[in-house]
Amino acid sequence: MGGWLFDPAHWSGTTGIPVRLAEHLGYTLLTLLIAAVIAIPLGAFVGHTGKGGFVIVGLSNALRALPTTAVLILVVLWAGLGDFPVYVALVLLAIPPIMAGTYAGVRAVDPVTVDAARGVGMRESGVLLQVEIPNALPLIYGGFRGAALQVVATATIAAYTGAGGLGRLVFDGLALQEFGQMLAGAVLVALLAVLVDLGFAGLQRLTVSPGLRPVGTGGKR
Amino acid sequence: MTWIFENWERFWEVTEVHLRLSVVPVLIGFVLAIPLGWWASRSQTARAILFPFANILFTIPSIALIVITPVLLGVKILDEINVIVPLAVYTLALMIRSVADALSAVPGNVVAAANAMGFRPLRRFLTVDFPLALPVTIAGLRVATMSNISMVSVGALVGLGGYGQLFTEGYQTDHTEKVLAGLIGTVVLAVLADGLLLLIGRLLTPWARAGR
Repeated sequence: MGGWLFDPAHWSGTTGIPVRLAEHLGYTLLTLLIAAVIAIPLGAFVGHTGKGGFVIVGLSNALRALPTTAVLILVVLWAGLGDFPVYVALVLLAIPPIMAGTYAGVRAVDPVTVDAARGVGMRESGVLLQVEIPNALPLIYGGFRGAALQVVATATIAAYTGAGGLGRLVFDGLALQEFGQMLAGAVLVALLAVLVDLGFAGLQRLTVSPGLRPVGTGGKR
Repeated sequence: MTWIFENWERFWEVTEVHLRLSVVPVLIGFVLAIPLGWWASRSQTARAILFPFANILFTIPSIALIVITPVLLGVKILDEINVIVPLAVYTLALMIRSVADALSAVPGNVVAAANAMGFRPLRRFLTVDFPLALPVTIAGLRVATMSNISMVSVGALVGLGGYGQLFTEGYQTDHTEKVLAGLIGTVVLAVLADGLLLLIGRLLTPWARAGR
């Protein structure tokens, strides 16, 4: 079954596995960047002011119900083939978990800490940027990593409308009735998801204050 | 919207299929998740095995699982089982954690009181632990149902039924209305199912609102 995956012929050329992997990773990273730029400020602002929380929760739930396939096809029908529809569909998929994580993270910061920050004379922007967001980082990463997993898995669908990525292996394999190719696509996407998550877990360790790590093991945070 | 009313019979037909393909896997996955979640709530070893396994299952893209299932099970690619099994697997993966977290969060003194009153393990589970775990469990069930309703459409990419058929047909015939009809159907179904579960949760846990 792994014959297709390990055939050297499939590892070179402009439609080889490395190219597909790079395309898939490219979709994933740019999507996450765009989604984070939109969702983190929104979630943080609403979490900080405490106003409009129900809008954020309602909006994330409504967006979650949107079938990505339909969004992709609709944007293709409106704007034509290419990478643009892929990014629209994937960004809409990634926004809810990141926004919900940021909002929940900022809300969950101990009010005593926030009061203390105000008490030592910090401005509101300082309270948000230097106190609330650093303290909210574990939950922000939680939402972000959840979004990353979903985006890696769902970017596969992009190939349905002719875009690149590892989904090409799945859809081309389906068209050719070549099971090995489909399986190779599935396995590579799962592997990529694990690697991307490991990467962000590493980033999280580097950027989150050690004071926020859960104490001990097995206990509740 | 007009497409929905002009083609009501067709719309209703795909709605039925879509509903069946999303609800059946939730039920299967949930029923299987109860004993496994219970096991994970009691044993560190079970957690160490089940949780990473569930996480890995989640990373397999639905389209990939849907195309691999017929080969693994030896059925035709157009069999509905090819959507039901993968979605049941995702539900199971999600619900193991939900059920385990919910059962772990049952207060120890309540369990001790039930034990002291002479409840046997099975009866205690059914009448004390499980009801108290319902709010968290139902929250997990809402997420699973929501994502299943949205994922069923992926099956249409390989030719299976549900609203996804409207997506692929709309794509092939450049018919935006048809795609929109499927999208609206999916969202409405998701909202209705979510509301229903919320309501069931409230009815089943009247004590959660008492004394407020």
